[in-house]
Amino acid sequence: MAAAIALVFFYAPLDEDGLNQKIFYFHVPIAFTAYASFAWGGWKALRHLWKRDENADLESYVAIHLGTIFGLLTLVTGSIWAKYRWGHWWVWSEDQLVLFLVLFLFYCAYFMLRYSLPPGPQRANMSAVYALFGVVLIPVSILAIRLSERFIHPVAFDRGGPNMAGSQFFTFCVCVVAWFAVAATLYQLELAGKRLDLRLRELREALQE
Amino acid sequence: MSTEEKYVAAVYLVVFVVLLAYVFIIALKLQRLERELTELVELASRRG
Repeated sequence: MAAAIALVFFYAPLDEDGLNQKIFYFHVPIAFTAYASFAWGGWKALRHLWKRDENADLESYVAIHLGTIFGLLTLVTGSIWAKYRWGHWWVWSEDQLVLFLVLFLFYCAYFMLRYSLPPGPQRANMSAVYALFGVVLIPVSILAIRLSERFIHPVAFDRGGPNMAGSQFFTFCVCVVAWFAVAATLYQLELAGKRLDLRLRELREALQE
Repeated sequence: MSTEEKYVAAVYLVVFVVLLAYVFIIALKLQRLERELTELVELASRRG
């Protein structure tokens, strides 16, 4: 992450967007990390339903939890960028923004569903089915910028490749790797905590018998 | 500091504050688990 920040501020050149373009190096990789976390949560949900993998429910929950945090960061960083560039915190007519908000709110509701049910197989199954439905929204959200007829939101990548200089693209790639590494570390950390919590609960119940 | 610099600083600050808060919450949880583990070890040792 330190290398990524150093590249952003000391290596990547400025373009016509000025210093404000530095936000892109955090905003877009964070959005990619949110998509990847939701997709990983969906994959684990599928494994829970398909293979009856006992650990998959907890892994799916942790991935979606992380995805929601990264989703919130995407919305906040995007809004700050938009306020400077467009003069508005939010533009409701922009499909990319609204679809990402829908995806974020959909996964926020995942926690409402999960915690409205008592722990057990029913909660795990319902949560897994819900998480899988959300996966459908991910490609729609990513492709919205291309499907939309309005092009207020900048297009960093098109069929011809990245719309930026080589040094900018290299910096961007390092930022993506850095954010994926941060997400993977936080995922393992939270998962270890949750597993330890479960084991301790089982141990307490065994000792109280 | 120009307006542009303030917006860039705000983005990076928000990201680090949110991540710091997340790590802090996880650290608090791990502390709680450590306390629970100590209690359980004591309970188990009392039982012989």
